[in-house]
Amino acid sequence: MSLSPTVDKVGVEERVSRFQKRSIKTSAKMDGLKLVLNMIDLTTLEGKDTPGKVRQMCYKANHLHDSFPGLPSVAAVCVYPSMVKLAKSMVKNSAVKVASVSTAFPSGQAPIDVKISDTKFAVDQGADEIDMVISRGKFLAGEFSFVYDEIAQIKEVCGKSRLKVILETGELATLDNVRKASDLAIHAGADFIKTSTGKIQPAATMQVTYTMLMAIRDYYDETGIMIGMKPAGGISNSKLALHNLVMVKEVLGEEWLTNKWFRFGASSLANDVLMQILKTETGKYQSSDYFTID
Amino acid sequence: MKRIEVLKTYKIYAGGKFPRTESGRYYLALNINGEPIANMCRGSRKDIRNAVVFARRALGAWSGKTAFNRSQILYRIAEVLEGRKSQFIEELILQGMTKSSALKEVESSIDRIVYYAGWCDKYCQIGSSVNPVSSSHFNFSTYEPVGVVGMIAPQDTSLYGLISALMPIIAGGNSCVLLANEKMPLCAVTFAEVLHASDVPGGVVNIITGHISELIKPLATHMDVNAISISNLPELKREIDLYSVDNLKRVRSYDVNWNSKGNQALHYITDFQEIKTTWHPIENIGGATSTY
Repeated sequence: MSLSPTVDKVGVEERVSRFQKRSIKTSAKMDGLKLVLNMIDLTTLEGKDTPGKVRQMCYKANHLHDSFPGLPSVAAVCVYPSMVKLAKSMVKNSAVKVASVSTAFPSGQAPIDVKISDTKFAVDQGADEIDMVISRGKFLAGEFSFVYDEIAQIKEVCGKSRLKVILETGELATLDNVRKASDLAIHAGADFIKTSTGKIQPAATMQVTYTMLMAIRDYYDETGIMIGMKPAGGISNSKLALHNLVMVKEVLGEEWLTNKWFRFGASSLANDVLMQILKTETGKYQSSDYFTID
Repeated sequence: MKRIEVLKTYKIYAGGKFPRTESGRYYLALNINGEPIANMCRGSRKDIRNAVVFARRALGAWSGKTAFNRSQILYRIAEVLEGRKSQFIEELILQGMTKSSALKEVESSIDRIVYYAGWCDKYCQIGSSVNPVSSSHFNFSTYEPVGVVGMIAPQDTSLYGLISALMPIIAGGNSCVLLANEKMPLCAVTFAEVLHASDVPGGVVNIITGHISELIKPLATHMDVNAISISNLPELKREIDLYSVDNLKRVRSYDVNWNSKGNQALHYITDFQEIKTTWHPIENIGGATSTY
């Protein structure tokens, strides 16, 4: 593994601010919004989650707003391991995948054998995708090989399930660390790298996502292997989501603009996008009173 | 050397801040002789949209305040306005009033605020009721604010009408997006400064200046606006009614002379209230031992 390059923070800010100046209107906006919907990992990761809540969310995954025909489904539902079986039964016979967080999410503060059995349980329950967290404490202490080995071991347990590695960038302090952690995760076998758990602020800022996209691009240039990207946490409105798509297209290219390679981890984004779609269609500003309560 | 006067930039009021219009457009406010007196923001539909977001966000905290506290805050508006009387008088004169009628307009406005400040913690008891029912329930009805109210300021007065129509809306715990008087907008913006200095939380009242004809559509079709208040604009009534159909907005259209001292009343508050009826189970009919 080659050394990670250092990140020019000022340069990143400058580049990111340009993505935010794009004006996306009319049919391009409509296509973009539908693509955003199709890239969402609809998420509920609360201590208070109940089977009822998960059932309701899984129903929504395939029925975003039935009174408006022609909407796609979301990409996946993302739940705790104990809810995987239920979620799986709810979305069967549809394109919606089931992702499960694992490895003592969100802190990752558990011994490796616990993390392995946590992951194995989720995979056995039928999870199509595993969202693992890295050991941020070890990473910050400089024990990179520990973090690397952990990811590699989890990857082995995953089998056919795709592995997303959560860096929890809000705890990594600098963009240099984000880049380093991205490279580490990619080389250790991540299919996807993901910004955050959603439990820590700041989460998926565009600066962080851009830094991770650059890691993906450098790896692709070097090896020809595509890695997926999932910003999660803090992307709650359509405009920001569209700016993210612009960034993905310009940094990685159009091949990444499908939910196979790009996801949004979010819970409230879907409703905002739906409201925007209806606004674009009817010309009337919408109210959350007429959309599902998540 | 003669000092150059610092002129005020009139801006819109949204979410407790004074931004310029998102559109960057302006129009001239003229005095009665047709001479320009100020550059006003020509608000756009995005300004409306943003203001509604602010109003919705502010609604919970405002309607959740104790009635007594809302009353204190309204009284505070009157206090602050009293202290800035001269500025309003100047603006009214600039817009073509005589000095004595300007003074009268400002003082009547202050009195009207005090009138509605007094109602804040009283209208609910007066309009609420305990209802006789023939089942084992204690059944009562009480008021709740209707929500976000869009208001088109009366175009015949600059300050008095605005205050007369606005105060009952916020006294009842609603938040408001207000389109200012198009031809005489100065007092509306200066009144925003009064609100800002009176502990009225940001977003409870949002004031947009601009062309009424282009702003009513985004406001009245907005699904997140729950009611509309217009006065003395019968020509707009039908258009607003049609726009309001989709989410069944409550449209209140007044034909009144706000300048009359008598045009202040409880029903201007309850026009923007919903009635909530609660069926509270009790053990047996008559269990509350009241005569209902």
